[in-house]
Amino acid sequence: MHAVLVMILQRLALGVVTLFVVSVVIFGATELLPGDLASTLLGQSATPETVAALRTQLGLDQPAPLRYWAWATGVVQGDFGVSLATRRPIADMLAMRLGNTVFLALYAAALAVPLALILGILAALWRNSIFDRVANAGALSAISFPEFFVAYILIFILAQSGFFPSMVRLSPDMALGDKLYATFLPALTLTLVVTAHMMRMTRAAIINLMASPYIEMARLKGLSPLRIVLRHALPNALAPIINVIALNLAYLITGVVVVEVVFVYPGLGQLMVDSVAKRDIAVVQAIALIFASAYVLLNLSADVLSTLTNPRLMRRT
Amino acid sequence: MTRPISQQSLTRRSLLKGATALGAAGLILPASYRAARAEPQRGGTFRIGLGHGNSTDGYDPGLWDNLYAQVFAASRHNQLIEVGADGQLTPEIAESWESADGATWVFRIRQGVSFHSGKEVTVEDVIASLNHHRGEDATSAVKLFFNPVQDIRADGQNVVITLDAPNGDFPYLMSDYHLAIMPGADGKIDPTSTDGCGPYVVESYEPGVQASLTRFPNYWKPGRAHFDRVEILSILDSAARLNALMTGQVDLIDQIDPATIGMLEARGVANILSIPGNAHYVFPMDSRAAPFSDNNVRLALKYAIDRQEMVDKILGGHGAVSNDNPIGPANRYFHREMEAKTFDPDRARYYLRQAGMDSLSVDLHVADAAFSGAVDAGALFAETAAQCGININLVREPNDGYWDNVWMKKPFVASYWGGRAVEDHMFTSGYASGAAWNDSFWEHERFNELLVAARSEINEELRREMYHEMQQIVSFEGSVIIPMNNNYVMATALNVATPEQISANWNLDGFRCVERWWFA
Repeated sequence: MHAVLVMILQRLALGVVTLFVVSVVIFGATELLPGDLASTLLGQSATPETVAALRTQLGLDQPAPLRYWAWATGVVQGDFGVSLATRRPIADMLAMRLGNTVFLALYAAALAVPLALILGILAALWRNSIFDRVANAGALSAISFPEFFVAYILIFILAQSGFFPSMVRLSPDMALGDKLYATFLPALTLTLVVTAHMMRMTRAAIINLMASPYIEMARLKGLSPLRIVLRHALPNALAPIINVIALNLAYLITGVVVVEVVFVYPGLGQLMVDSVAKRDIAVVQAIALIFASAYVLLNLSADVLSTLTNPRLMRRT
Repeated sequence: MTRPISQQSLTRRSLLKGATALGAAGLILPASYRAARAEPQRGGTFRIGLGHGNSTDGYDPGLWDNLYAQVFAASRHNQLIEVGADGQLTPEIAESWESADGATWVFRIRQGVSFHSGKEVTVEDVIASLNHHRGEDATSAVKLFFNPVQDIRADGQNVVITLDAPNGDFPYLMSDYHLAIMPGADGKIDPTSTDGCGPYVVESYEPGVQASLTRFPNYWKPGRAHFDRVEILSILDSAARLNALMTGQVDLIDQIDPATIGMLEARGVANILSIPGNAHYVFPMDSRAAPFSDNNVRLALKYAIDRQEMVDKILGGHGAVSNDNPIGPANRYFHREMEAKTFDPDRARYYLRQAGMDSLSVDLHVADAAFSGAVDAGALFAETAAQCGININLVREPNDGYWDNVWMKKPFVASYWGGRAVEDHMFTSGYASGAAWNDSFWEHERFNELLVAARSEINEELRREMYHEMQQIVSFEGSVIIPMNNNYVMATALNVATPEQISANWNLDGFRCVERWWFA
C-alpha cells in the first residue's frame, strides 16, 4: 500500500502545479478579452466617466500581475474573495451551484455507468448479433446528435405530454425523490450523451481479451460464456474502462452548459459563461480552479484504481 | 440592455385602429380574454419567465440594465413618480410636484408609507436614494440626469431640487426605473439591501436563477398587488421559455421569437400580447467619417432600405414602419405629416449621383446583441441596397463585447433604443451635440439651437413647431437610419388577466405587471 500512497502524493503535488498553470492561463486569457468588467457591467449605458469611476471602485486600474497576486494569495488562504460584479462572496455563489452540478453529474453517472457496462458486456458476449448491432447503432446515434437536440426531443416526447417538467426548479428543502423527478430529463440527456463512449470501450476491451490464450483455456474448461466474461475477462479489462469512466465523469461536471441552458438548470456552467461575458475574473478563476481540480482528482482516482486492478503494477514498485 | 425613461402609451383604441396595418396577430384579443377581464381578485403565485438575468446581476439600482433587474426592482421598490398605463405621470412616493419657473422643483413626499423593514419613508430616504446616482464617484447609468441638478434639499415634507436651467419635463426623469426609493442612513442608501417600499418583499434571490417574493401586507396602494406571491425566473433559452409556458410551469414570458408566434397561437394554450410603443431599431452611421459625412450618401442609404419588408420579416408584423424618426406616435409632438420615405431605387441612385458617385460600397457591422434579428435585418438591407447600386458588406460581429468594440467604434452598425416619454429627453440623449449616446456623432447647428430653445418655450404652438422642425431635420439630415418601431411581445397563460390598458412605456406593462395584473 505504501507505493500507492507515494503515487497519490506525487499526483496531488503535480495536480497543484497544474492548477497554478491553469489559473495563470485563464487569467491571461480573460485579460486578452476585449473590454473589462466596468464597461460590461454598465453595458450600453457606459460613458467614459461612469466607467472610470466604477473601474477605480473595483480596483481594475491596478496592473494585472498585482491583481493576480492579490487573488492568488487570497485563494491559498481559502478565501475566494467577492464577485466583482455583485459584491457577493464567491464561496456563497459557488456553493449551491457546485452542489447542483455534482448532483446532476452523479445522477447521470448512476444511470449511465451501469447501463454502459451492462450493454458493453452483453454486446461483447453476443458479438455481431442483432443485439450488438442495435446497441451500437443506438448509442452512436445518441452521441452523434448535438446535446440540445437530444434535449429538445426528450422535452417534446416526455415534457409536453406532461410526464416530466421541461424546466428544473430546485429548492434547498426538496425531498430527494422530488429532486430526482425534477432533474430526470437533464440526467437522461446526459446519460444518452455519455453512454456510447463507455459502452464501446467496455465492449472493445473485453473482445480484445477474448482472443487471449487464458480465455481459450477457460472456454475449454467448459465455463459458461457469462462466467468467462465476468470472472476472467472483465477484471483484466477494467483499467481502460475505469479511465474512460473518469473522463466521462469529468465531462459531466465541466461540459454540460448547453444542457443547463435548455433545462434552465442552475449549475456551474451557466455561472461560468455569465461571468466570462461580464469579465468577472474572480468568479471565472474560481470556477476554472474547480473544473481543473475535478479533472485532476478524477484522473488521479482513475490511475489509482487501475493500478489496484492490476497486481503486476502493484508489485513492480 | 435598455435605456432610461419612458414614453406615453398608445391607448387600446388607437392600437385597434392600427391593427390592420400592424398585422392582427396579438392585437385582437381572444373572446375568452375579454370575458376574463372582470374585477381584479387576490391570490395565486405569479410565475414569470424572462429571457434576461445573469448570475452577475446585483441589487445596486445604478447598475440595473436588463429586464430581469427591472421587473425584480419594480416588484420590491417604488419611485417618486409612476408612469401610468395611459402614459401620464402618476403620483407614487411623491404625492404631488410643482415648479413655478421650471428650474426649482418641489416634490411633496407621501406620509405613512413604510419600508418592508417597518421603517417609515422619510424625506431623507428620498434624498439619499437620489444622491446615489449623483456626484463625482457615482457609477449610475442615469448619472447624466443629475448633471443639471445643482442642489437637492429637504424642506419639511418636501424635497426641493434646483436645476441650472428651466426644464419643464424634469418630473419625467424622476419616473425612471433606476430611481428606486430605498432606506437611507447618514445620507447614503445601502446598495446591497433588498429593502424597499414596493408591493412585494424579497424572500429569496439567486442571481441568474430565480427570485421569490411575498406580498407586502402594508403596501400603501389600494387596488394593487393582487398576487400572494411572485416568482421571477431567468430562462435565457427561448425554446425553454416557450416550453415552460406551454407546460404550465410559468404564467408569463417575454421576448417571443416572431417565428414561433403563429405556432403558439395555433396551440391555443396562451394569450399573446403585442404592445406598440416608441422602442425602435436603428442603424447609426458615423457622420464624421467618409462616406457618411455627405448627407447625400446618408439619404441614398435611407431610400435603399425596404421598411415595410423589415417590419414584416424581422418583426413578424409586430411593429410599425418608422421614418428615421426617434420620436414615435406616442409622443406629444410627433410629426405625422412628414413626407414618408419608401424603398425607392431611383431616388437612392439620384442621391448617389449628387454625392458624385456611381456606386457605393460600405461595411455594416451587426450582431444580434444589437437587437434580435439584427443580422437578418442587415442581410435584408444589403439585398435591397444592391438594387440601388449600393454594396453593403455585412460584417458579423460577436455578441460578446458588441457595445464595447463595435457600437460607436465602427462607422456603420446596428443598435436599438427603448424610446422616450419626452422629445427633449430622446434628442438630448441621442442627437444633441456631444451627448454620450450620440452614436452617429452628429452635429447640426440649427437642431442644437432649437433643442435648447424648445426646452424652456412656454407657448405650446411654438414648441410644437420647434419639435416638428427638429424631427424633420433628424429624418432628412440626420445620420441614423430608423426603419422600424418594434412592439413589446409577450405571452401569458390563459388565466392571467390584465387591465383594459397596458402600459407601452416599457416592456411587461411598464415592468409593473406584478402589481397591476391578476389571476381571473
